[in-house]
Amino acid sequence: MRTMTADRAGPSAPVRRRQSPGILPGFGLSMGYAVLYLSLLVLIPLVALPLKASELGFAGFWNTVTAPRVVASYSLTFGASLIAAVINVVFGAIVAWVLVRYEFRGKSLVDALVDLPFALPTAVAGIALTALYANNGWLGGFLESTLGLKVAYTPVGITIALIFIGLPFVVRTVQPVLEDLERELEEAATSLGATRSHIIWRVIFPTILPALLTGFALAFARAIGAIGEYGSVVFIAGNMPMVSEITPLLIIAKLEQFDYAGASAIACVMLMFSFVLLLVINLLQGWQARRSGRLA
Amino acid sequence: MSASSPRPAHLTEAPVVRALLIGIAVVFLAIFLVMPLVLVFAEAFRKGWALYLEAIVEPDALSAIRLTLMVAAISLPVNIVFGLAAAWAITRFRFRGKQFFITLIDLPFSVSPVVAGLVFVLLFGSQGWFGPWLQSNDIKIVYAVPGVIIATLFVTFPFIARELIPLMQAQGAEEEHAALTLGASGWQIFWRVTLPNIKWGLLYGAILANARAMGEFGAVAVVSGGVRGLTNTMTLHTEILYNEYMFSASFAVASLLALLALLTLAAKRVVAWRHAHHTRQSLDVQPQPQPRIAAAAV
Repeated sequence: MRTMTADRAGPSAPVRRRQSPGILPGFGLSMGYAVLYLSLLVLIPLVALPLKASELGFAGFWNTVTAPRVVASYSLTFGASLIAAVINVVFGAIVAWVLVRYEFRGKSLVDALVDLPFALPTAVAGIALTALYANNGWLGGFLESTLGLKVAYTPVGITIALIFIGLPFVVRTVQPVLEDLERELEEAATSLGATRSHIIWRVIFPTILPALLTGFALAFARAIGAIGEYGSVVFIAGNMPMVSEITPLLIIAKLEQFDYAGASAIACVMLMFSFVLLLVINLLQGWQARRSGRLA
Repeated sequence: MSASSPRPAHLTEAPVVRALLIGIAVVFLAIFLVMPLVLVFAEAFRKGWALYLEAIVEPDALSAIRLTLMVAAISLPVNIVFGLAAAWAITRFRFRGKQFFITLIDLPFSVSPVVAGLVFVLLFGSQGWFGPWLQSNDIKIVYAVPGVIIATLFVTFPFIARELIPLMQAQGAEEEHAALTLGASGWQIFWRVTLPNIKWGLLYGAILANARAMGEFGAVAVVSGGVRGLTNTMTLHTEILYNEYMFSASFAVASLLALLALLTLAAKRVVAWRHAHHTRQSLDVQPQPQPRIAAAAV
């Protein structure tokens, strides 16, 4: 930082000021640096991806990304992510509700704990969950002997890992909306004779619905990302081809065979999925912002 | 958080329902969050302190710890400089393509780390674009320490910028404009006006970026090549030990990372609280009720 002090205002400052992006100094330096950094670290490397994939030609690309083993990994991703997101929305909403509305002992600890999946390195979460749900683990043994349910090294295990990863997204999306909910709304409804369950379904639920959907989408996107995220899932997945093999592992397998173009092709498809989801999330968040703006 | 003040009976649920919901929430969190965390420490210490310490002071583990600390020490200042530059440009000036610029900053959140690792192999690997040139000049990037650093930079650079952009947008540029009118130079404005105003936000972002830098796995796994004692970070060392069925040693290293996560959570709490306090005092505006999830999102 300090070494840059030399070119503070810079000789070209007056010229920039005439173009007038603003009156404060430092536009050229900060913008130039940020753009250069982004280009070198992100833009140029990402361009390499479709370029490399294009070496396969259209037919080769299509065959690579629609190979049965690859398609099985996509549908595993979507199925497990969807189930995990549904479970997270239900329980995440309950957790958010309890944290906002009720007083109980250890509440601030519970609140802090919700962020754990953000902070815990994915590989650590991965091995911990695997050890927990393996057939000799604390929960795995119990589930297998009582319910006959195998968790580790099956799609169920992947779903569990995704629940772990996605939970904070739902809680942290719904929580502020619940906090902003005006008490007057509920008071008005009560004075008009509504019962408590009426108020919950007719007043509170519609208000937090956009937040719930955003939380769902974030948890879903994160789950898809988390399969890309790899660390939390790869251990518990077991990686049986066609059954519990996740997409990024296919990329790594292709890399190890020096099939760079094939790896890039699958990576392109993963990127496309995440862009579509990002778009959906942005639309949902816009909807949520408009809704809360109108209510305020 | 006005909502947490006690509510009159007609505005809340029956005690039974309340107890039931609290019960469900606590049990759910206990099973899905607490148990994995407890398990890490339980497994790490299962064979006693002596073996725990042995697993951590063993040369490969020590070199993994050193590499992780080094990567964090390099990526943090680089990320801080980028975050400040990007936030300054975006929040203090008008220019075309600003939205595109912001989207670009968000990009690593939607790119799988494995894909991030892959692009650097495509560029710098032996069969990559720059591979032959690097080889003839005897420079190793992929499957060596520089690759680990570059991949970490890729996955961590948005954290600080994403904390600072909304904060500086909310604060506005009035104070900087006032300083400019009073004759302050650009760097004087930055050090005396801007930085004191954003220090808590900056620290918050730095904590998140640091946690991610030390805990990154996917991207680093692709570019590191996992050479023991050379390019292994703590997460990779954990993985290798785990795959070799050396569970206690693996969880011992993992417990250090889990401890880091707990420290991160605690520091985040303190900083978010100070930040809210500071914002309320200096700007007299409502602080954001919750630490934004933006930084970690997708």
